Amino acid sequence: MSFQPVKFYQTGTFTVGNRLLAPEERSVQASGKRFNSINSGHRACQGCGEALGARYAIDAAMEATQGQLICANATGCLEVFSTPYPETSWQIPWIHSLFGNTAAVATGVAAALKIKQKKNPRAQEIRVIAQGGDGGTTDIGFGCLSGMFERNDDVLYICYDNGGYMNTGVQRSSATPPAARTATTMAVGPEPGNVFGQGKFVPAIAMAHEIPYVATATVADLRDLEAKVRRAMEFRGARYIHILVPCPLGWGTYSSETIKMARLAKETGIFPVFEAEHGEIKSALAIRRQLPVEDYLKPQKRYAHLFGKQPNVAVIAKLQALADRNIRKYKLLEGV
Amino acid sequence: MTMMDKPFAITLDPGSSLANRTGSWRTYKPIYLDRLPPCNATCPAGENIQGWLFHAESGDYEAAWRSLTENNPLPAIMGRVCYHPCEGACNRQHVDSAVGINSIERFLGDEAIKRNWQFVKPATQSGKRVLVVGAGPSGLSAAYHLARLGHTVEIQEAGPFAGGMMRFGIPKYRLPREVIEAEVQRIVNLGVTITLNTKVSNIEASMQAGKFDAAFLAVGAHIGKRAYIPAGTAAKVVDAISVLRSMEGEEKPMLGRRVVVYGGGNTAIDVARSVKRMGAEPIIVYRRTRDKAPAHDFEIEEALQEGVMVKWLSTIKQAEEGEITIEKMALDDKGFPQPTGEFETLAADSVVLALGQDVDLGLLDGVPGLDVKDGTVQVGPNMMTGHAGIFAGGDMVPSERTVTVGVGHGKKAARHIDAWLKGETYAPPPKHEVAAFEKLNTWYYSEAPHVVRPTLDILRRQSTFEEVVGGLDESNALFEARRCLSCGNCFECDNCYGVCPDNAVIKLGPGKRFSFNYDYCKGCGVCVAECPCGAIKMVPEEN
Ligand SMILES: Cc1cc2nc3c(=O)[nH]c(=O)nc-3n(C[C@H](O)[C@H](O)[C@H](O)COP(=O)(O)OP(=O)(O)OC[C@H]3O[C@@H](n4cnc5c(N)ncnc54)[C@H](O)[C@@H]3O)c2cc1C
Ligand SMILES: Cc1ncc(C[n+]2csc(CCOP(=O)(O)OP(=O)(O)O)c2C)c(N)n1
Ligand code: SF4
Ligand code: SF4
Ligand code: SF4
Ligand SMILES: [Mg+2]
Repeated sequence: MSFQPVKFYQTGTFTVGNRLLAPEERSVQASGKRFNSINSGHRACQGCGEALGARYAIDAAMEATQGQLICANATGCLEVFSTPYPETSWQIPWIHSLFGNTAAVATGVAAALKIKQKKNPRAQEIRVIAQGGDGGTTDIGFGCLSGMFERNDDVLYICYDNGGYMNTGVQRSSATPPAARTATTMAVGPEPGNVFGQGKFVPAIAMAHEIPYVATATVADLRDLEAKVRRAMEFRGARYIHILVPCPLGWGTYSSETIKMARLAKETGIFPVFEAEHGEIKSALAIRRQLPVEDYLKPQKRYAHLFGKQPNVAVIAKLQALADRNIRKYKLLEGV
Repeated sequence: MTMMDKPFAITLDPGSSLANRTGSWRTYKPIYLDRLPPCNATCPAGENIQGWLFHAESGDYEAAWRSLTENNPLPAIMGRVCYHPCEGACNRQHVDSAVGINSIERFLGDEAIKRNWQFVKPATQSGKRVLVVGAGPSGLSAAYHLARLGHTVEIQEAGPFAGGMMRFGIPKYRLPREVIEAEVQRIVNLGVTITLNTKVSNIEASMQAGKFDAAFLAVGAHIGKRAYIPAGTAAKVVDAISVLRSMEGEEKPMLGRRVVVYGGGNTAIDVARSVKRMGAEPIIVYRRTRDKAPAHDFEIEEALQEGVMVKWLSTIKQAEEGEITIEKMALDDKGFPQPTGEFETLAADSVVLALGQDVDLGLLDGVPGLDVKDGTVQVGPNMMTGHAGIFAGGDMVPSERTVTVGVGHGKKAARHIDAWLKGETYAPPPKHEVAAFEKLNTWYYSEAPHVVRPTLDILRRQSTFEEVVGGLDESNALFEARRCLSCGNCFECDNCYGVCPDNAVIKLGPGKRFSFNYDYCKGCGVCVAECPCGAIKMVPEEN
């Protein structure tokens, strides 16, 4: 039976750890000594994808920089649930900014650190991350972000995309997907929910800036997410990671299904997971078991209007077409 | 620090969110549990399959073998002849195909023989003496477990070798005799006495003579059932069990070239395949169809591959010297075979009847309290017969007749005998709920096709008694073991620890699994949903 790969580890690297792997081959999250950058006691909802995604990403960055990290944080759920003054869940140097200027604050921090480094070249180097929600990133913070990109400032910007302004009660953002119901895109009228043909996909815009590194990830693929953060820290200049983080409150899903929803987004092709360097796609995470978009839409109350007595086949078909386009465009069936 | 010492606009020290016990939000809480894997639930010998596979997965074959033999002392035998109902229940069949539990069991059994692993002797002796009658699988299993519990055990066996039907029924090409000998010898090394060529003809007398405190009977079922077939005086009609038994001796049976085997069970198949190997041309005659035959389909398939002929839907009407007459049957709408009045003659030098076996209950004559029904001895849930202190198991009690069931009976009886000797009753621990497939999250398991065992080439299968089915080697046994999903039992994948948005899972270190920090667990259930093997569940919080 020599055709069998001798190394087969029961779950491979799909699980967080795996006792059959050497410790150095396990994820950062598997370690009993992980940083827990964002600690227990935060006020995120039960099953919050953003709280989870932030810990995944920042723990990986802490690991990659041996803890030499400063983080600037936009207003949004992540900031509000973690840091109601004077209490914080962050166990890293962390600075609060406004809703729209995080990229600029991080640029400033990076510039200050550069000067300090010049003055004391033997000091250990400190890296900078900016992070915010999709509203803070794709809408109000977009000018500062684009500036940070085009100046190629030495900052990794992480966007936690939950598809809306969740902190203020689930309003539409330019990252809200079409047909989704939000407080400002109600499920009423001839075209219920968010309209088709609007919004933007910031990873593609980031690529258009030809910055050194752009990647997307989800909380369902921890190994992939950690590898991307690690890779991002190998570059200098502006870097961007866009992480899909399901929101049980805003999406109307069970708190237990947060990771499952992210997995379905990836497996249906609704959310393409890929990475790009200097404006060119370098890899895509292949779909493992392709599923129709219904499987992703149905468990979410924000799409409930598509599945009334008569399923809205026309709109479902349009969403399927978007997924199919992603699959074609990013070669999600073969992976690159 | 006074307010004056703080930086501009700062009035309070930064506090940690740990002060905020979010556990109070919870209405449901996750708890760890061990669910019963379906393989374990199905194994007639009560093996903890998931438990020993866990060790095999990490390449610790000795620990795996030791865990396996907690329940079954005969893994090299089981790994060859067990019909592995466990694999029929294995959850992995719903992913791709069942884990090859039986092939890994055989690998462990063979590894133990190769490396001469021995059983650990009990620390203390009870001073009690138990007589086991019959050295078949059931008797051997009972003796092994009783010896491990510290009792002095003697097996009295009528035949010249230990093994029972494993030796005198199951052919060599399925179970090499060295394998039986090695596993029996290991039980002897543990301290069990086996007295061969000693037929017990009166159980009470034998118990008295040897001052035994209890007895376990496992005499099997050895008397071939006869069917009335009108036969000429010169016709040669013999029973399958005596044919198979004589294969073991010096004088091979004289059956001629054309051998008709009558019956559709595993015994019929074994006889036909055996005589094929001796150069004869066997034809099986069976009154129903292939799918209705009691023989396992894989055995029928192997026989057909080797050139055994089968007449389905046929009964023998008459046997004469050199030929038999068979009648064609047809199944009625209830699936029963009915005669059609259509006849055929077949050349036949001999007819071998493989129609099942009866139990020889001679040794129980005159024992008070016994309950014998349909030729088998009735036992209670504790395997005790109606006569206090006499227990029984295996083929002689009503049950499915397999090696594995016999081994299971032996273990169960040993536990009850042990309790009975102490004046106690044995209460088995409560069974965990079954880890049904729906409890698993199979996303996390890597794709891995089943490893198929090698088989001997067809020419050698037709002419020699060499073993037909080969074993796995180290690398593919390891691979196969790692296909196990660890249903219902934590295998320390760290998923719960990783996926909790609230860091509310505490990692206790290798082998120690995890616990929950209920001060902060909000009860979201993500850990439950993402545990691959179903080892966590949500339960309502008491107010
Ligand atoms: C041809 C054939 C093939 C089979 N193949 C398989 C198989 O592949 N897999 C499987 O699981 N099962 C198989 N079976 C069934 C299996 O062999 C039996 O179910 C099993 O051996 C029963 O075990 P036992 O311990 O109850 O009895 P046995 O194995 O029959 O052992 C009973 C022992 O008691 C001894 N004995 C009997 N009377 C006395 C006495 N008065 N005093 C002292 N000793 C006595 C006998 O000599 C014998 O050694 C097969 C059976 C046959 C006939
Ligand atoms: C300039 C400004 N406008 C509005 C707000 C109110 N506000 C706080 S958080 C938030 C929404 C945040 O949405 P997003 O960035 O997507 O983060 P999420 O809460 O969804 O994680 C808004 C509108 C603000 N803090 N500042
Ligand atoms: S996958 Fe493993 S634990 Fe589950 S039924 Fe199969 S062998 Fe048993
Ligand atoms: S994931 Fe964490 S918070 Fe959610 S139920 Fe499990 S332990 Fe509790
Ligand atoms: S998620 Fe993994 S580590 Fe946690 S209980 Fe399940 S098997 Fe064990
Ligand atoms: Mg948002």
